[in-house]
Amino acid sequence: MWIETVFAVIKIAVVWGIVSLVVAYMTYMERKVIGHMQVRLGPMRVGPHGLLQPIADGLKLFLKEDIIPREADKGVFLIAPLLALIPAFIVYSVIPFSEGFSIANLNIGLLFIVGVSSLGIFGVVMAGWASGSKYSMLGAFRSAAQMISYEIFLGFALIGPLMVAGTLNMKGIVEGQQEIWYIVYQPLAFVLFFIAGLAETNRVPFDLPEAETELVAGFHTEYSGMKFAFFFMAEYANMLIICSVAAVVFFGGYLGPIIPGAHWFIIKVLLGMFFMMWLRATLPRFRYDQLMRLGWKIMFPLALANIFATGLLMYLI
Amino acid sequence: MEWAFFILFGGVMLIASVLVITRRNVVHAALYLLLTLFCAAALYVMLEAEFLAAIQVLIYAGAIMMLYVFVIMLINVRESMAERQWHRQKVAAAVIGVLLAVELLAIFAKGIVAPSAKTAEAAKSVLNAYGGNTEAFGATLYTQFLFPFEAASLLLLAAMIGAIVMAKRNIE
Repeated sequence: MWIETVFAVIKIAVVWGIVSLVVAYMTYMERKVIGHMQVRLGPMRVGPHGLLQPIADGLKLFLKEDIIPREADKGVFLIAPLLALIPAFIVYSVIPFSEGFSIANLNIGLLFIVGVSSLGIFGVVMAGWASGSKYSMLGAFRSAAQMISYEIFLGFALIGPLMVAGTLNMKGIVEGQQEIWYIVYQPLAFVLFFIAGLAETNRVPFDLPEAETELVAGFHTEYSGMKFAFFFMAEYANMLIICSVAAVVFFGGYLGPIIPGAHWFIIKVLLGMFFMMWLRATLPRFRYDQLMRLGWKIMFPLALANIFATGLLMYLI
Repeated sequence: MEWAFFILFGGVMLIASVLVITRRNVVHAALYLLLTLFCAAALYVMLEAEFLAAIQVLIYAGAIMMLYVFVIMLINVRESMAERQWHRQKVAAAVIGVLLAVELLAIFAKGIVAPSAKTAEAAKSVLNAYGGNTEAFGATLYTQFLFPFEAASLLLLAAMIGAIVMAKRNIE
């Protein structure tokens, strides 16, 4: 039993290590992609084509002064970045990276992901509240309202493919797509899921909680150094999760011909990440009332209609 | 091993729930309540009720606590901390508390003295029949417990309609 435990701990350490590194390089990818889309070169100075830039950034943030505002609620202010980061990392424990590799193969895999990632919002909201600053507070309010709404659509959008798959187990969902990907049966669910995912991760066009033109930097205005880096990492880790879940539920996860499964999984996730970055380079930010109207008046009825139609079709066929 | 985890989660839960009712700062109390709910979910996992645990985290810790926090954040914490924490209801509270404690102890004693092997057996057979925790949960909810389930749904629907009506009246 001890050997099993040690083996599991090593597995967790490897996955978390890789995820941290990938998250760091996602920032590099984002800067490069958006740079080239705007006919710039992006980071070029540190290493060949700026390849060492994320490491330089990490070191810089690590050495920066750590400021705690006088008005801040100290305990909550310190815990908030961890509350944002830890759930984002825990979720990786149920994602099947390849046919034989995932940390845990839970029965309730998908529910676990939705549940645990819904806790990350407390980090954002607590950070805004504890900073004792008006801008942070406004960011926290926005993110609370936004995330409560879009979490519902995120869950509802996943119900359709779940009904087709008939299981919550991540590996079971992948194995059910041997013949045909669920995106073919559930295109609407995928669109709804992706939009809700963008809102959940505070990405453009739904980045109202940190809208820098109005709120300085929203909920993390008062954070500096490593604590700021934690929020940054949490955002990118959450983006990776949304893309991983999309790859697993809609695009057959690690399934694919010729090259090994893990490569297919990585390719699918990276395409999703590229799409998110592309959107950031393309779209302007939504206004707050537009965001709420889109959510409750358009996405919510569509998600319900999708569940109803799926149920009806499954009953008839 | 199981005992160690039970004591860990149970202990954290007890301490956190005491802190929920003793903190003066409401936001701190809310955070401790979050920890309490999370530990309850961990205990569900140890009882092999994974579905219930996931729902506990998703609905209580994720959604309902977030609504609490959203409302609490609107409160001026400095003012609320100056309020009196104890009210003149000590006697009534003590009586009700003792009654609840007795009831809880009675239930526990029943479970410990007569370890309901029959119930455990029945639960296991249901689990095996449906092939999993989630499946068994759904199947029993829609067959054996259909009436209470529908009654609860109707109650929630009524509450929802009431809330909408009250909110609408204020707008017009």
